[in-house]
Amino acid sequence: MTGALLLAMLIAPAASALACLLVRTPFKPEKLNLAASIVVFAAAVPLTVLSGSGPYRYWDNYIVIDMPGAWIALCTAIVYLLASIYAVGYMRLLAEEAERLWSFYALFSTFALTILLTTVMNNAGLYWIAIELTTLVSTFLVGFERAAESMEAAWKYIVIVSAGISLALLGTILFYWSGSFVLGPVYDMTWDNLQLAAAKMNPLLVGVAYLLVLIGYGTKVGLAPMHTWLPDAHSESPAPVSAMLSGALLNGAMLGIVRYLEICDVSGIGHLARAALVALGVLSLFIGALFIVRQDGVKRLMAYSSVEHMGVVALGFGFGGLFGIAGALYHMLNHSLNKSLMFFGAGNVMRGFGTKEIRSIRGVWTRLPVQGTLWLAGAAAITGAPPFGLFLSELVILRAGLQRAFDWAVYVMILLLMVIFVGFLNHFREMYFDQEPQTETKLLELSRWCVAPMWFALAPLLLFGIWWPHGLWDHFAAISRVLSVGHP
Amino acid sequence: MLLAHLDPLASSIFSLLAIVSLLLAFVMLGSRWLNNYLYAFGAESWVIAVLSAAIGFYGGYPELYYIAILTVLFRGLLLPYLIWRMLRRLNATLEIHEILQPSSALVVGALSVVFALVVSYRLGLSLGLLGTVTVLAFTVMLSMKLIGFLMLAVRHEAISQVLGLLLLENGMFLGAQMLIPGMPILIEIVILFDLLIVVACFGVLVQLLASHAGSTSSLELKRLIG
Repeated sequence: MTGALLLAMLIAPAASALACLLVRTPFKPEKLNLAASIVVFAAAVPLTVLSGSGPYRYWDNYIVIDMPGAWIALCTAIVYLLASIYAVGYMRLLAEEAERLWSFYALFSTFALTILLTTVMNNAGLYWIAIELTTLVSTFLVGFERAAESMEAAWKYIVIVSAGISLALLGTILFYWSGSFVLGPVYDMTWDNLQLAAAKMNPLLVGVAYLLVLIGYGTKVGLAPMHTWLPDAHSESPAPVSAMLSGALLNGAMLGIVRYLEICDVSGIGHLARAALVALGVLSLFIGALFIVRQDGVKRLMAYSSVEHMGVVALGFGFGGLFGIAGALYHMLNHSLNKSLMFFGAGNVMRGFGTKEIRSIRGVWTRLPVQGTLWLAGAAAITGAPPFGLFLSELVILRAGLQRAFDWAVYVMILLLMVIFVGFLNHFREMYFDQEPQTETKLLELSRWCVAPMWFALAPLLLFGIWWPHGLWDHFAAISRVLSVGHP
Repeated sequence: MLLAHLDPLASSIFSLLAIVSLLLAFVMLGSRWLNNYLYAFGAESWVIAVLSAAIGFYGGYPELYYIAILTVLFRGLLLPYLIWRMLRRLNATLEIHEILQPSSALVVGALSVVFALVVSYRLGLSLGLLGTVTVLAFTVMLSMKLIGFLMLAVRHEAISQVLGLLLLENGMFLGAQMLIPGMPILIEIVILFDLLIVVACFGVLVQLLASHAGSTSSLELKRLIG
């Protein structure tokens, strides 16, 4: 059963990508991609549920369906579905690219496929390759619009991230090396094997390897100070791609850090590993806060908010324990929903007003009433205001920090979240309530494809803010048991 | 652990080859001509291929012969050819924009080797492997990594950055061959193919960068800030 679902989840986007390459008409590819995203979502939901009785291993142990991976796959599937709906409306607005639209959808499906692959890889080396593939595919999505800015963003993205994850490869090699002292020179580098050998590994070597992996995959996650590619790539790519980058890709890279963290726990350097992750998390919040307060690009604002939220997730996993892990996983889901909503709104506003600069966007509410309301609600949600999901997840992460003797990080986090709350919403105040320079209040038209996914994102976000389903909590508790083997 | 019990001849050959590839990294660092980078990179790949074969011979890993052949084909011939084509298309011959003079870069490079040695020594001490080739292998791997990063930081021509990234890769490949010769062959082959895709992507991107952003120097890429 899980095998069939897994195949469906991976084959659908692959088939869609191939079909897009063959069809090459302007409108069929968007439907193919949408169909693939529906299949992926329909497969990911039961997979997440079934993963509880796993883990299931396939193809000579190279592929695994386990609880943490399946959860990230679910978050990816949600963003992929929402972004595919949104892409139909948004990409039609880019009339000048109509000729190349098939290549966009082919890349988009492939991008989703590569992210999904990262979640099921059971071998540390193959996981690295999957992460590398996400970079290669998404580079061309970032540069899709071919403007000078997009090319610049794409170039910075591929150079910085390639350099970063080459460090992760070095770390991976060192992990293999430290495992070879225990398991012999030739062994399968599965997560299980590494964990099995971890207790007998040399702590110094594991420490060096972990730090390399943390910096490497941290680059991909967008943790400060390795985040520099992120605002450029997120702001210059088409809005559906920004949503995928932020809501799906970053989680996929975080999964690697979490898996290695588990190994460090068993090998007895968990405290160092956690302290490093917490430090990067706090720094990401700090950098996010600084750049959010003084920001003039509307999508860059969202991008720095991603840096901030990845910092929060890093803090959750860094604190660890039931609350930390449950909070971080819940935060991933909520952030995926919320950041998709924010990027969709930003894309609509950008297209409506014809600018990316916050100072030129005025009177959003009068000119785009429905989408304006949704976007404002999303802005309140993303800053962690109740009654939305992120409020709950941040609260749980804060509690985890207090329990786990990371008090200082908790206090800094609270302070920075408040700064971000004020800074972020201040930009929205300007865009919504400041006087317009010109007095025309023409209503802007948006297609339903552009607004519907915002509803689909906001509704569950509100629901998850009011009600944390009991089943979900049990699921998180089970994941936390899986991830806390060596961590009391 | 292969490197811990080597006969003296094998360990001298390994050391020699590792040091030659480190020297070639310095050639890349100290040169201003893009062609020289390319030749040094190609030569380094050949040296690493010989090293793979030597490890295969002395360590009893016959699959490393295949890896050696693939390394020559991919890293030694195909990648340099692809980059040579990029160079010819862009008409770039000289690194004009440099933050650090090649001579100063060499000094910084030497310092990074010292740093790498200190780290390797500490690790060797902790693992009880001092006095074996391990320390040297680790030093060379880490130094090539640091020199690659140095090239990325002080060079601005797009091609230099691609070569800087490839140098990072070469350093790791060299280290991996020596430290973990038993690494599953599947992973090695996938990494080789991955490298090919990386360079192909870079090729396309450099073209697009030249035609749409008007420059292949990262010094000119400063539209996106803040």
